Amino acid sequence: MSMPFYVAPEQMMKDRADYARKGIARGRALVAMQYNDGIALIAENPSNTLRKISEIYDRIAFAGVGKYNEFDQLRVAGVRAADLKGYQFSRLDVDARGLANQYAQILGQTFTHEMKPLEVEILVAEVGLSPDRDQLFHIMYDGTVIDEHQFTVLGGDMETIRDRMAERFIPGSSLQDAVKFAHQALSIGDTPISSSELEVAVLSRNSSRRCFTRLSESSITQYLI
Amino acid sequence: MPLFSFEQDPGASFGELLKRVGLSPFGEAGPTTEMLVPHATTCVALRCADGVVMAGDRRATSGNLISHREMEKVVQADQFSGVAIAGAAGPAMEMVKLFQLQIEHYEKVEGQSLSLEGKANQLSMFVRSNLPAAMQGFMVVPIFAGYDTLLQHGRLWNYDATGGRYEEHDFVATGSGMLHAGTVLRMGWKRDLTVDEGVELTARALWEASDADSATGGPDALRGIYPVIASITSNGFTRVSDAQLKITYEAIAKGVGQR
Repeated sequence: MSMPFYVAPEQMMKDRADYARKGIARGRALVAMQYNDGIALIAENPSNTLRKISEIYDRIAFAGVGKYNEFDQLRVAGVRAADLKGYQFSRLDVDARGLANQYAQILGQTFTHEMKPLEVEILVAEVGLSPDRDQLFHIMYDGTVIDEHQFTVLGGDMETIRDRMAERFIPGSSLQDAVKFAHQALSIGDTPISSSELEVAVLSRNSSRRCFTRLSESSITQYLI
Repeated sequence: MPLFSFEQDPGASFGELLKRVGLSPFGEAGPTTEMLVPHATTCVALRCADGVVMAGDRRATSGNLISHREMEKVVQADQFSGVAIAGAAGPAMEMVKLFQLQIEHYEKVEGQSLSLEGKANQLSMFVRSNLPAAMQGFMVVPIFAGYDTLLQHGRLWNYDATGGRYEEHDFVATGSGMLHAGTVLRMGWKRDLTVDEGVELTARALWEASDADSATGGPDALRGIYPVIASITSNGFTRVSDAQLKITYEAIAKGVGQR
């Protein structure tokens, strides 16, 4: 009869965390930041069809890095949860905090109970009616939720990019300055990222209902001039 | 958070999603109480050169009583389409709400909008799933109209209570005042109407319907309540302002006075 080896729980968790971290760091980075009229989400993404940033609800956006199929499944679950809650109660009852908690449950559950943790890090952003009500929830592969302020960085060489942003971040900048700034922070290689490899979407504060808009490649190019 | 296995996954259908989580409003009709349901009534739509014009009166009735004076029976479905509804108010409003949600839900899950034809087909399925309730008197008959961004012209659809979907080329009318309104449209419609002419013609159609049908409300100058009239063109859905309709109806009233 074979005898299973004993693996200390600490070791098991560490192995899983390393595995997830490696998977996430292999992908390209994404940043989200406040600007004078809302929240801008900027990602390095060579694909023009497989999106990292998308709309969840009227004032809520989703962004994911890591394994595409894994965070896309979470995105769809989020759209469903939000639309169901809005249908059952009121559109005003759908909030980012609730969604972030549900995501944290799923990620935490998978991390501890499944063979393989999800190799994703996600962001749930909600634009408030005033800048101090904006919310950025950064959720890690193990279900840890971080309530971020002003800006956040997900995936890729996260630490380097975060340091670069923290050095020069100015609150209340225009959208153009925000896109330029994020572009510079994301371009850690030898050459700057081309505008065709940038995915940009905004949650603009004063839109009537659906605040989410995706910027076209031509407007991204214009912003970067 | 709703997570589904591969076989159970409802895809981009909000209606199926509601069924999976046990929230579907369709298919459970109660006892027959035909005359107690407020019936929302005349709606018209026509095609013009730049798109479509939709119009609906504001009255809801319970038997011979007016139960509501400010119903909005023409509603925006999304940027380039609108729905007008006639029938039992409760199920009709629920259907419109679900339809709007379905379009938005699809767009978010799939990352792109449904085609105009796809939306018309989706609405037909909603009407069909309301059939058991329609048999008991809770009938809902919508009109769907919009600007087709692929074909670059306006399109109209008429429905029947079983979910039958019929594309119309010129104009369409539904509800208890449909005969009178339809006749006005038939007399006044011509190819390549401008949006303003379309607005005037639908306003006139509703006037004549309200003049002959007690379940259709006319313009209420005393309370400042006018029909909901909207145009849908390549610029999207635009509702005509009450101020403009006030002027339109004053002109119609003057014309009628001189008959």
